[in-house]
This record gives sequence, structure tokens and C-alpha cells, in this order.
Amino acid sequence: MKRSLFEIEKNIPLTKDVFEMVLNGDTSGITNAGQFVNILLDGYYLRRPISVCDYDEGSLTLIYKVVGKGTKAMSEMPVGTNLDLLVGLGNGYDLSRAGDHPLLIGGGVGVPPLYNLAKKLVKEGKKVSVILGFNKKEEVFAEDSFKKLGCDVTVTTVDGSYGTKGFVTSALPSSYSYFYTCGPEPMLKAVYNATTTEGEFSFERRMGCGFGACMGCSCKTITGYKRICKEGPVLRKEEILWEK
Amino acid sequence: MGEIDTKINFLGIEIDNPIIPASGTYGFGYEFAELYDINMLGTFSFKGTTAEPRFGNPTPRIAECPSGMINCIGLQNPGIEKVISEELPKLAKVFHKPVMANISGFSLEEYVSNCEKIDKVDMVGWIELNVSCPNVHGGGLAFGTDPDNVKNVVKAVKKVIHKPLIVKLSPNVTDIVAIAKAAEEGGADGISLINSLMGLRIDLKTGEPILGIKTGGLSGPAVFPVALRCV
Repeated sequence: MKRSLFEIEKNIPLTKDVFEMVLNGDTSGITNAGQFVNILLDGYYLRRPISVCDYDEGSLTLIYKVVGKGTKAMSEMPVGTNLDLLVGLGNGYDLSRAGDHPLLIGGGVGVPPLYNLAKKLVKEGKKVSVILGFNKKEEVFAEDSFKKLGCDVTVTTVDGSYGTKGFVTSALPSSYSYFYTCGPEPMLKAVYNATTTEGEFSFERRMGCGFGACMGCSCKTITGYKRICKEGPVLRKEEILWEK
Repeated sequence: MGEIDTKINFLGIEIDNPIIPASGTYGFGYEFAELYDINMLGTFSFKGTTAEPRFGNPTPRIAECPSGMINCIGLQNPGIEKVISEELPKLAKVFHKPVMANISGFSLEEYVSNCEKIDKVDMVGWIELNVSCPNVHGGGLAFGTDPDNVKNVVKAVKKVIHKPLIVKLSPNVTDIVAIAKAAEEGGADGISLINSLMGLRIDLKTGEPILGIKTGGLSGPAVFPVALRCV
């Protein structure tokens, strides 16, 4: 984990309410795909945790959805704005368990953190399949980005207005070695029930500090209590205990 | 530029400055050591500790407010034995000063037993008695709202410890002065003010309270004037 100042290089809408923000600064705190940053916003008491879509030595890309006042304020920030970030938060995905043919399943703004993961897996020579789930055609993004990496991409929409009609689970391939997923919790549960191999799930929670001090985002797992911000956000399938 | 001497004598122990993050805001400290040298603090009060390990309340446990936040963590902690055997040794690697131990309980006997154990730990400089947690039923606040209970628990704890005892009080009472005087009569060496103020946030999309147990404790800049008035 590192705290440093970043400058906005790009901040553009991808859909009606999903934005892509590129930030320049010291990314050396990031150690793994699937980690997140926590952003200090002027006038807001708590930082905003956003997963990292992609990063290199001097910049990182965030894709975020406007869901409240904080993310609305982010979407209106001009290029050149400086932001105070905590980077390299959380555990991220475990690439060593991918096998030869990993499957990546993303839903809505759960798609972005899978991008850097896909990039790394492709680089390792894996045959990467990706399922991207959205509600409707107007919400689809990132399809071309994954295709450019060389992934086999399937898009699903709930209303059938684009790609395969249905949820991500209706597009599961017959064989894959391991899976990685991120998305809304009902989708994660459906993936949990529909998948036949082991895999990893990235969770979202309301957080306070973002690095394990406040205990605001704790959950129960088969292997004990975990803080989503610290021992998560990625949990393995075999350790998940669903609430209720 | 001349240096300002920020040292204070805090109940018999000299500390470098009076900056002391409150219990619950600072975990067991070492989490922050990744960001900066935590030895720049005077000290801090570690996460409220109970006899048994506690998971705490269902999530969400945090909701933002204008100028602060409300929380209902519910005293999540690994229990006093693990605090002593695991958390404090981890802290000792990065923090080289006396720390304040925040102790909670659900009965007078639990407070006494926890304090007796933590009193024996070398790196603990002060014990802070949490009789004011707003987020657990039957513990904490149940003690802190009644002057006689406060006096009795303080008296009983003082009998078994050697370190200075600070009692953390709740602002969620009719007359905080009466409670503070009861703590003093019981033999407290100091009081800390304030624990969080009871609050509620509603999710406008669902019309339901945001927090897992509906209510929580308000903290942050919003409560500073209230705390100052209590002092």
C-alpha cells in the first residue's frame, strides 16, 4: 500500500453512467491484478474504493459507475485535477491457479478488474475465455478491449438486445480450467452455483479505511473472519459463506 | 525556526505529543505503519477488546454523513488472549512507545478480568475502560449510562490494576457530569470524551436504514463541538 498524488489524464464516459479515468502517478504500490485504490474526494469524508482496471509503471486506469454524489463528482473532474490515492489495496487474484484455460466472468462494473488479469494471463500464454454480462446493449463496454488482448469474448445481455440473451451463467462454456469473477452479488451467487471448477470471487462492500483498520467490511468465511479490504476483495470459492 | 516542545506528562508517563487516535479508528496500529512512521504519535488507543473473540454486527457497518460517518462495527476483535499473544507483538515491531489498551466487557467480572490481564502487558501504558459502546446490546453503554454501575466497575477494576485508568464516556446520556463524577468517585485517573453519538442514515433508494443494525455511532468533524463541550 502506498499513498500518493495522481493527476487525471483522461476522464471520459464509456456509456451513460460508466466512466473511464486514466491517472498518472506512482503505481509501485500495486502488486497484483484485482487490487483496488481508495480515492480522497474534496468535500467527502470517506474515500471511494474503486478497482483497478489496468496499470503500468506510471499510470493506472479506473472504470467506474456513477452511483452517488461521490462518483458523480469524480465524473465531472477535468483533466489535470490532482487526486490523493491509496494504491495497492487488497489481495487481488491468484494467477498461479489459472490452469491452461481460465474463464473470466464479469458483470457490469465488475468487468474492469478482469482486464488487467486477462492481460497477464494472455501474456503467460493461457487460452483466456471471457464472459461479459450487462442488462442491455446501451450498457455494454470493454468488449473490444478484451478482444484486442486475444481473449475469446462472449457478451450477454439480460434483455437480449446484444449478444447472447440471458445472464452470464447462460453462456458458460463446457470446459475451462478455473474461473475468476467480479460483479453484483446476485450474479456472484449464480456463478457460484453454476460453475463446476474451483475459482475466485471479487466482492464489493461499503468500506471505511480500505486497509484493514476499521473492521467496517468484515465477512464470515469457512476459514474465519476476513476483511474484504485486506484479506479480500478476492475470496476463493471453497472459503465463501453466503449470508442468509 | 524554533522547535515547539509538545511533550506532555500523561498520567505519569511522558509522551512526545498529545496526538492520540481514538480506539476503533486505528485498529491495532500496525495497519497504518505501511503509510507512515506511527511513532510520530504520542500514543493511540487500540481496538476495543473483549474476553471472547467477536465478529461484530452484520454489514453494512459504515455509512457516510456530511462531515463524518456513522458506524456499527460492534466491537469486532479477536479476544483478549489473541490480542496479547498476536496483535500486540505485531504492533511492537513497528511501535516503540506505550500504547493505550481499550477494554470492553459485558459484565463487571469480564471488565475486571480483562483489565487484570492487560495490566500485566509491558507495552500497555494506560487502560481505557469502554463503558460507552453504542453498538452492542447488554455491554458497554449499558454500564456507561448509569452512575452507580460506572462507579462500581471502576472501583472493581482499580483494585486489580497498577496502570492509570481512563474511563471513556458516552454523550448519549442525560447528564454526563453525573457519570464523570461517578467515575472519579470510583477512582478513575482520567476520563476520555466522547464515544460516538447515536445516529441513523436512510438509503433514499430503498427507504431503509443503511446500516446492518439500523443505528450506529456518529463520529468525525461533526461531533467535535459536542465533544469539546463535554470536556
